[in-house]
Amino acid sequence: MDRKNDIKKEIKTSITYALPIVIGYMPIALAFGLLSKNSLISIRDTSLLSFLVYAGASQFMAIDLISAGVASSSILLATFLLNLRHMMMSASLAVEFKDLPKKYMPLLAFGITDETFSVISFNRDKISLYFVIILNTLAFASWNIGTIIGYGIGEILPATLQSSLNVGLYAMFASLLFPEMRKSVNVLFIFIISAIVYVSLYQSKIFTAGWDIILGVIISSIFGLFIQNRRKGESKS
Amino acid sequence: MKSYLFLIIGMAAVTYIPRLIPLVALKDRNISKNVEEFLKLIPYTSLSILIVRGIMTADSHMTVATIVGIGVAGLISYIKGNLVLSVLAGILFSFIIVNIAP
Repeated sequence: MDRKNDIKKEIKTSITYALPIVIGYMPIALAFGLLSKNSLISIRDTSLLSFLVYAGASQFMAIDLISAGVASSSILLATFLLNLRHMMMSASLAVEFKDLPKKYMPLLAFGITDETFSVISFNRDKISLYFVIILNTLAFASWNIGTIIGYGIGEILPATLQSSLNVGLYAMFASLLFPEMRKSVNVLFIFIISAIVYVSLYQSKIFTAGWDIILGVIISSIFGLFIQNRRKGESKS
Repeated sequence: MKSYLFLIIGMAAVTYIPRLIPLVALKDRNISKNVEEFLKLIPYTSLSILIVRGIMTADSHMTVATIVGIGVAGLISYIKGNLVLSVLAGILFSFIIVNIAP
């Protein structure tokens, strides 16, 4: 009986944590569906993009490049670079998923997005197979349902509402990150360093979208590691 | 309408493989303390960068609304720790800004 209640509680918790992603994805998926329709891409291909690729930014980019008549090979390369950041997120999650059964990894890997990764990483104590699968499934469902609704009836939303709904995901990123600053001053330093590193990379315009994110994450994580090790050294002496 | 089936399958492959490989390859390995610390920092640095990138790549008429939305959401979650509430408040405030801005 207790076990049953535990599972029920776990499912409830997982849904609560998935909710911000579901809310955040819906408008962006709507916008994607609508844009895809306006770019004369079929409903089948639009749904398949969300269903098989399942990576927001690169889907928008693909539509953009398709409309511009860019060659498929270039679109593939750009998609690869833009989504390569998930490789680092996957590596980071490998540490967190140590205790989960290995046979589920191909399934869990498919669900890695910026948003699911963030919610999982900042709720380490909640990680269980149920938690991750429910979170990933609801996020995926929201993205796909939103895409189809957007394709169907996206144009009825006023433009100002659409663009402010887009802020939702960044609002979620901030909501995940800022409370961490209360736990450790290091997080504030890391935020500042990452901001400086990324702005410099972005302004330098040497790297294409994708590379700038990946390099930014690597460089600022190395800086962060130095800060952490130094602080530990100081507190010891 | 043109079919983009092969392009989409290719996109799916180049997106899925990087998501899969580290999760399968690193899971049972013992990794050094420094690498583990580095990997644990990635959530913080990548979120920071995604936030900054969101502000920098926003349409010019959305820049202020995006910053306000992020600020309000971050502040509320810092104080109250409620994710849904802070996301909705962030959206609401940016909606207000977009509509009152000239």
